[in-house]
Amino acid sequence: MPEQLLFAIEVTLNGLMAGVLYALVALGFVLIYKASGIFNYAQGVMALFAALTLVGIMEGQVPFAHLINAIFGTDIHHFGWHVPALAAILLTMLVMVVLAWAVNRFIFRHLVNQEPIILFMATIGLAYFMEGFGDLMWGSDIKKLDIGLPQGINTWIDEVTYNAFGYGFFIDNLDIVASIIAAILVAALIAFAQYTKQGRAMRAVADDHQAALSVGISLEFIWVMVWSLAGFVALVAGAMWGAKSGVQFSLSLIALKALPVLMLGGFTSIPGAIVGGLIIGVGEKLFEFLVGPLVGGATENWFAYVLALVFLVFRPQGLFGEKIIERV
Amino acid sequence: MGAGHCRPETANAPNGASPREEKDVKLKLASLALAAVMAAGPAMAELVFPSLDYRTGPYAPNGIPVADGYADYFTLLNERDGGIGGVKVRVLPCETGYNTEKGVECYEATKGEGALVYQPLSTGITYQLIPKASADGIPIHSMGYGRTSAANGRVFEWVFNYPANYWDGASIMIKHIMDLEGGDISGKKIALVYHNSAYGKEPIRTLEELSKKHGYELMLLPVDHPGQEQKSQWLQIRRERPDYVLMWGWGVMNQVAIQEAANIRFPMDHFIGIWWSGSENDVLPVGAGADGYKSLAVTAPGMDFPIYEDLKKYVYDKGLAAGNGDQIGRVLYNRGLYAAMLAAEAARTAQEIHGVKDITPAMMRDGMEALNMTEERMAELGLPGFAPPFKVTCANHGGSGLAAVQQWDADTQTWSLVTDYIASDRSVIDPLIEEDSMAYAKENGITPRDCAE
Repeated sequence: MPEQLLFAIEVTLNGLMAGVLYALVALGFVLIYKASGIFNYAQGVMALFAALTLVGIMEGQVPFAHLINAIFGTDIHHFGWHVPALAAILLTMLVMVVLAWAVNRFIFRHLVNQEPIILFMATIGLAYFMEGFGDLMWGSDIKKLDIGLPQGINTWIDEVTYNAFGYGFFIDNLDIVASIIAAILVAALIAFAQYTKQGRAMRAVADDHQAALSVGISLEFIWVMVWSLAGFVALVAGAMWGAKSGVQFSLSLIALKALPVLMLGGFTSIPGAIVGGLIIGVGEKLFEFLVGPLVGGATENWFAYVLALVFLVFRPQGLFGEKIIERV
Repeated sequence: MGAGHCRPETANAPNGASPREEKDVKLKLASLALAAVMAAGPAMAELVFPSLDYRTGPYAPNGIPVADGYADYFTLLNERDGGIGGVKVRVLPCETGYNTEKGVECYEATKGEGALVYQPLSTGITYQLIPKASADGIPIHSMGYGRTSAANGRVFEWVFNYPANYWDGASIMIKHIMDLEGGDISGKKIALVYHNSAYGKEPIRTLEELSKKHGYELMLLPVDHPGQEQKSQWLQIRRERPDYVLMWGWGVMNQVAIQEAANIRFPMDHFIGIWWSGSENDVLPVGAGADGYKSLAVTAPGMDFPIYEDLKKYVYDKGLAAGNGDQIGRVLYNRGLYAAMLAAEAARTAQEIHGVKDITPAMMRDGMEALNMTEERMAELGLPGFAPPFKVTCANHGGSGLAAVQQWDADTQTWSLVTDYIASDRSVIDPLIEEDSMAYAKENGITPRDCAE
C-alpha cells in the first residue's frame, strides 16, 4: 500500500477518535437544547467544573480552602484522604445534580416564557459565574487527573499494522477508551429516552411544553433531570479531556470544539452530535494532513467551521435536526 | 515643587488687571493649588511598581506564580530593608487575564499613580504598550518576551528585554543540539511546534537563518490557541521523525504537547521548550512520561539560595506571602522574584545616579539603562549563581542573551540545570535585531539615538 494512503488512513482513524471527543462535548448542548430550547453557553464550563470537582474529591481537597483560611486564619488544604475513582465519580454526579437543581431553582424558574435570547444570556452569565466559583472552590492550579484510564500508543494496533503494512498506526489508548465510553453513554441515553417513564416525559417536553404540561408532566423536574444528564455528560467529557491535558481552566474552551459539531449535526439530535463529531473530526484532520502543509498548517480550527458552514447552507437544521417551519 | 511656589505667584498677581488677565491668573492659581494638593497628597514617598498579573482565566496557572514571586520580593524589601534606599515600595496589581485589551486598560488605569516600570507578562500587551509607554515616558521591561528587536536601545529608548530574548533562545537551542551532536547538525531535521501567535512566531526567522548557516532542515508546526488538540501535529512528527523538536508554547498547549510527545514515544531529551514552556505546570500533569523533557532557563531552579531564608523570616512566616503561598520555589515563582529583583536593582541604580530617593519613571529608565548585575551583587542579594551576570547599555537593552538548559526529573519532580549558561550566536542575531528595529524606526519616524557619547 502506498505510504501516503497509509498515513491518510491513520489520520482518518485519529480523526474519528477526536470526533468522538468533540461529540461528547456537543452531546451536553443537545440534551439541554432539546428539552428546554436553551443554548447552554455554560456547557464547556460545566465540563471544567465537573472535572475540577472530580479531582478535588479524589484528592481529598478542601473546597473553598483559600476562602476559609482567609476568613478564619486557618491553614487547611486537604482532608488527608484519597477517595477511590468510582466513589469520586458518583459523588461528582451528585454535585452535578445539586448544580442542576440550583441552576433551575435560582435562574431558569424565574425566566420561564422568556425569549430564547434572554435564556442564552443567562447561560453566559452562568458560565462566567461558574468559572469564578470553580476557581474559588478548587483553586486554579493545574491538576493531574488519574482515574486509571490507559494512555499512550496502543502497541497491539501498532504491531499488527506494522506487520501487515510495514507502518505501525498510532492510536491513543485514551481515545479508544473514550470511544467505548461514548458509545455506552449514547446507548444508555437513547435507551433512557425510549424505554423509561422519565425518558418519555423528557421527549414529550421536548416535543411540546404545553401538551406535556397538560398531561401532568412536571416541567421543573424534567429540566432538573436534563441539566443533571448534561452535567453527567460534561463530567465524562471533562474527565476525558482532563486526562489529556490535566484539569485546568482552559478545559472550558473545549466548547469551541463543539460548536461546529452542533452546526453540522443539528441542535436537537443525539445521533446528529455523534455523526457531526465524526465528520468534523475526520474532516479537519484530513484537511490538515492534505492541505495544511501547503498553507502553513493550523487549519483545523477554522476548517471545522467552514465545513459546518457548508453543511449549514444546504441543511440549515443540521444533518439530523428537525426542520423548523414557521408559518405566519 | 508645590506649596512653596504658590506664595510668590500669589504675591505677584497684578492689581487692576483686565478681565482676561484676571481669568488667566485665576486659572494659574487654581492649577497651582491643584498641583500643591497633588504633591502634598501622599504623606510618604513611595516607589510604585505596577504588577500586570493574571490570576484568572486559562493562563492563570502560569500567571499566579510569577505574580506571587514578584510581590513577595517587594514585600521582602519593605519588611527587611524598609523598601529601596529607604523608600517603601507599593506593588499595584492589575488583573489582565492575559488579555491584550485588559492589559492596555490596566496600563491606562495605573500609569497616573507614579508607575515606575511596566512588566506586562504578555507579548501581545507589550506590543500595544511600546508606543504608549514610549510617548508617556514610562519604561517597559519585557523580561524574556515581547518584541525581540527592542533589544536595540538606540531605537527603543523606553523598552528593555534583558536578560535574553526569543532569538537568543532559538540560537541557544540550536547550539545545545550542536553540542549533543558533536558540532555538526547538517542534514538533521528540527521541528518547531509553536503557538500560532505573535509570540510563537518570533523564533521562526532566526531558526530559518540558522538553518542556512548550519544546514539543518526546519519543519514548522503551528498550533492554534488554546492548543488542546494537537493530534495532527504529533502524527506528523511521528511520520517524519525529526531529530529534535523545539517548542514555543504557553498554557495548556505545553501540557498537551508534552503528553503527545510521550504518547508517540518521542525521545524526551530531544524535545526542548523555550523558558515559557518549562515550568512544573507543564510537566506534572504528564507524570512519568515527561521525564527527561528539557527547556531553556534564564535562572536556576529551586530554593537553594540564601534569599529564601530571608523570605521565610520576613514574608512567609509573617503571613505576608502573596496569593495562597503555595507557589514558592517553583520555576515561574523564581522568575517573578528575578523580575522584581531586576526592577528593584534598576531603581536603586537610578537613586544613585540622580541622588534622589523618590525617583520618577524617567530616572527609572536611566537606572535600567545603567543596570549592572554582577556576580558579587547577586551574592549580596542572597542569590549567588541564580542567574548569569549582565550589563545593560544605551545600545544594548537585551542583556547578556545567556540561557541554560534545564531538564525535568519525573521521579524527584525537580528541574535541574544540565548545561552552563550558553551564549547565543550574535553574528546571526545582531543583524536581525538591527534590521527589524531599523524597520520599526523608519515606520514610526524615530531617529535612532547616538549611543557613542
